[in-house]
Parts: sequence; structure tokens; C-alpha cells
Amino acid sequence: MSNDIAHATDKTPAQAPEPAAGGRIYRPLTDIVEHDAGVSMMLEMPGVGPEDVDITLENRVLTIRGRVALTRPEELQLTHAEYGEGDFERAFALSEDFDPDRIEARMHDGVLTLTLPKAPEAQPKKIAVKGA
Amino acid sequence: MLYPTLTRRSDPFALMRSMLRDLDSNFWAAADRAVFPAVNIWQGADAIAITAELPGIDAGDIEISVKDDVLVLSGERKAPQVSEGARWQRRERGFGRFSRAIRLPFAASDDKIEARMTNGVLRIVIARPEETKPRKIEIKAA
Repeated sequence: MSNDIAHATDKTPAQAPEPAAGGRIYRPLTDIVEHDAGVSMMLEMPGVGPEDVDITLENRVLTIRGRVALTRPEELQLTHAEYGEGDFERAFALSEDFDPDRIEARMHDGVLTLTLPKAPEAQPKKIAVKGA
Repeated sequence: MLYPTLTRRSDPFALMRSMLRDLDSNFWAAADRAVFPAVNIWQGADAIAITAELPGIDAGDIEISVKDDVLVLSGERKAPQVSEGARWQRRERGFGRFSRAIRLPFAASDDKIEARMTNGVLRIVIARPEETKPRKIEIKAA
């Protein structure tokens, strides 16, 4: 499903490329589940609204980008920081062809859920064995 | 990590200090990450704000309580529902119950706290009660 082998358990900055506009790009934590009808992906992108997600599929590479709306409470200074904020980006190399028109994307509470239905010919066909 | 053995020979503890420094910066980093959720704290003269990233958590599953100057943020990250026979290919997101206590610089009252959830980012703004604000003391001329 994917060609990157890093096992992150926390929000981590993406290795490359460095953004020209400054700031950082993070790789969203992702769950991927495969079932008979297709593949579901869940990506954590807190601070990203549904209109700020950009998904492209090109040459079996699925790229997901999310522009974050920075949290800046008015008239307050950041005094203690445990997490950083920045745009999200991550690419996955898909092992098979998916129809880009049938990919469904839903953004809810900062989690992007992608549903990639398998092409009909890629679905496993069950062959019945007849008795002699 | 390389430790110079020849430089700063005048200070016999320099090496030990530099090793301790490396231990501090790298060793504990993994333990710090176990804390969920990570919070950012913002301060001002009249209020304090706490922000946390809680993606995929329903606002109803988050509990915020305040007693005196301790704010407790707790809740549950629910595991995603998958159909029978599904195979996990990648599992990076965490789930389960979480709880975190944060000490505020002042005792807050419930009615001065406002919490808002936007796209998986929680923002709690706590107004500073009037009586806990620092008083400015005028210096009188002799």
C-alpha cells in the first residue's frame, strides 16, 4: 500500500522538502484498513477545515495536503508549547489502480477519511468448486 | 555523539556535563511524547488559554473540570469501527482513555471558562478573576 516504512506514533515533521514560506510541514498520523470492497484511510489533520484539503492521485501516488488554520488566541502570548502547528502533507504509493472518480473523502473533527473502492476486476472472485 | 577529550582539560567535569546535557535533550524526549494530549499554553494579563489537538474526538467525549487552580482535561479516543474481516495495514493513531491535569497560575471559577472545538483543535479560554490580578502599588514620594 505504501512505500514509506517510518513508524511514527506521534505527529512528526515531514523530512522533506522544506517549505519556502517558513514554518513546518507535518505528516499526518494515518490508519489504513483494507477490506474486500476497498481501502479506507483515516488521517489526523487537526486544525484543517474541509475546504482546505487537497487530494491528488497521479501515477498511483496519492498525495494529501492540508492547510492548517493557526490557533492564535488574541492578546495572549505563547508561554508553553508541546506541539507545533503547520500544514500537513503525506504521499502514499498505491499498490493497485483505484478509480480517482470513485474516491470518497470526508473531513470531520480534524480527521480525513478516504474510501478507495477497488476496481471491479480487482475484487477477489470466488470460484465455486463443483462436485464430480 | 562525539565527546572531545582534549579540549577544556582544565574542567574535569566538562565531559560529564556534556553527556548529561545529551541525556536530557534526547533521552526524555520519548517519554514526553507519551503524554496525551499535547497542550500549548497562552498567557495574557486578563486570561489564559490552553489549546490541544484532539482530532477525531467528539466534543461530547471530552470532559473539562476545574477545581481551584487545577484544570483536568480527560476523555476517550474511540478506536475506529471496522467491518468484519478487515485487515489493518497501518495503525499509527492512538486510542483509549486519556486524562491530563494542568496547573493554572490562578484559581479559576467555572463561569469564567469557555471551551470551543474547531476542526479537532480544542481551545479553552480561562478568564482571570479580578481578585487574583496583580495589584499595582504606587510609590509615594517622601
